[in-house]
Amino acid sequence: MLKDNRIRIIIGHYGSGKSEFAVNYAMKLSKISDKKIALADLDVVNPYFRSRERAEILENEGIEVISSVKGNKFNNLNIPMVSAGVLKLFQNEEIESIIDVGGDAIGARPMGRYKNYLTDGKYDMFAVINRYRAQTADLEGAVKHIKEIEEVTNAKVTGLINNTHLLRETTVEDVLFGQELVEEVAKELNIPVKYVCAIENIAADLDATSFNGKVFPIKLYMRPDWL
Amino acid sequence: MSKVLMKGNEAIAEAAIRGGCKFFFGYPITPQNELPEYMSRELPKNGGVFLQAESEVAAINMVYGAAGAGGRVMTSSSSPGIALKQEGISYIAGANLPAVIVNIVRGGPGLGGIQPAQSDYNQVTRGGGDGDYKMPVFVPANLQEMVDIMMEAFDIADYYRNPVMVVGDGMIGQMMEPIEFKKPVPRELPVKDWITNGTKGERNPNIINSLFLEASDLENHNLAAQEKYADMVKNETRVENYNMEKPELVLTAYGTTSRICKNVIAEFKKEGIEIGLIRPITVWPFPHKAFEDIPESAKGILVVEMSQGQMIDDVKIANNGRLPIGFHGRSGGMIPDPQDIILKVKEMLGGVK
Repeated sequence: MLKDNRIRIIIGHYGSGKSEFAVNYAMKLSKISDKKIALADLDVVNPYFRSRERAEILENEGIEVISSVKGNKFNNLNIPMVSAGVLKLFQNEEIESIIDVGGDAIGARPMGRYKNYLTDGKYDMFAVINRYRAQTADLEGAVKHIKEIEEVTNAKVTGLINNTHLLRETTVEDVLFGQELVEEVAKELNIPVKYVCAIENIAADLDATSFNGKVFPIKLYMRPDWL
Repeated sequence: MSKVLMKGNEAIAEAAIRGGCKFFFGYPITPQNELPEYMSRELPKNGGVFLQAESEVAAINMVYGAAGAGGRVMTSSSSPGIALKQEGISYIAGANLPAVIVNIVRGGPGLGGIQPAQSDYNQVTRGGGDGDYKMPVFVPANLQEMVDIMMEAFDIADYYRNPVMVVGDGMIGQMMEPIEFKKPVPRELPVKDWITNGTKGERNPNIINSLFLEASDLENHNLAAQEKYADMVKNETRVENYNMEKPELVLTAYGTTSRICKNVIAEFKKEGIEIGLIRPITVWPFPHKAFEDIPESAKGILVVEMSQGQMIDDVKIANNGRLPIGFHGRSGGMIPDPQDIILKVKEMLGGVK
């Protein structure tokens, strides 16, 4: 994770687990990096289950969370506004940045505003793929999804994240089923598989030598225990 | 068919299409917007019509028209939007029309907020519309159950020639869950020989109407409806009785809140304390018998709602004065915390003062 570029843009379809990955990434990074870490939540479409809902947990780890002009509270959820504070994640080279971008080609549009701050080789854009989401269930759908987001964000995907899951019902077979597709996408687009995600008990059973990408255990921060 | 991961609102829309829905009329409102969005994209591909009306009132009257012409039709909205539709729902019920209405509930009253709530209980079971009408109201607790009910809802509406309401709090609309689409048990549906699809000069015109100026006619119309409602009570009441063998206390909750209660029950099990749950899956008809059947071991009933207390009135009717009833509720978009429910249970069991 320390080798990833300073600016990490996280994209993926609604339900891919993109925000969960972004929050997990920030929490893990804060444990191994001495630098200041900030997470920007650019989702202006979803009313619930946005990474800003976990601002308290993140801030307790010293991670700054930036989203709406009005802060991270619920009271401005229905207003599609993004804080000017997001700019510092691009401008300040001392900050390790994680940008959680909205779901599809429409949700990802706010990212386009930052295109002038992106230099090839200085940022990563990770595409989170869950094969159990209808829109990214096959090669054609996944490639289309990536191309559409690349177009509206004016940025290139630099790494693929296999996050194929059925929440708590996920099995090792589910992860491998997704991995098959993600590796196909990797070949088709010539983009490396960076991480292979799974909830902690399943991640422990994954044989990392059998596939491309690092195993990335996921804690369910976004979903309450009772759900 | 294998499982897919879907967001509640999308899953409802897909299940409706698979349940035979051909017409959708609606007006956007958070937190159910993904539902009409999905319909606008997918319904035309499936030989149907999606139309965004100019208002909720227009939408529900389009539902009335399409149902009268024999179409399988639905609308969806959220709490204040459903309030606007109440007149139309009463007309649909009054004209004996089948239709499905989905309500993804947000906090109220008025415009309220966009976070989840269950404060539409009275609105959906008592109706904001006029007259002695009733409709089955389903309150699933997870997406699989929601999808199963949606696929069956159009059959139920056609079977009784009656509106059917399917209710989820905002969480049900917004959460992701693995689901699989399974065909419902088929019902023998009556032929729609009453619809206004043109006489072709071969029969007398059918009339769709809820106006009966002659008092005795209107009373007879109401009496016939009561027979239909009695059948619904007999055939459509659904409930889950959970851990009810020998409970010391019985929780009762529906939808998302019931899942929090199950979590609480698991916590008490660790301490060797048995707590039961009565989870209505229909809130009209209300599962009265489940309350009559509460074993002697129970010392009381705790009603848990995402409201200031609405279902509690039905619980009191069902309980008929037998057991003490407590209440824990949060509202405005706040979700009950398992720890608060645990404290309330202990208080009722006499453990903590």
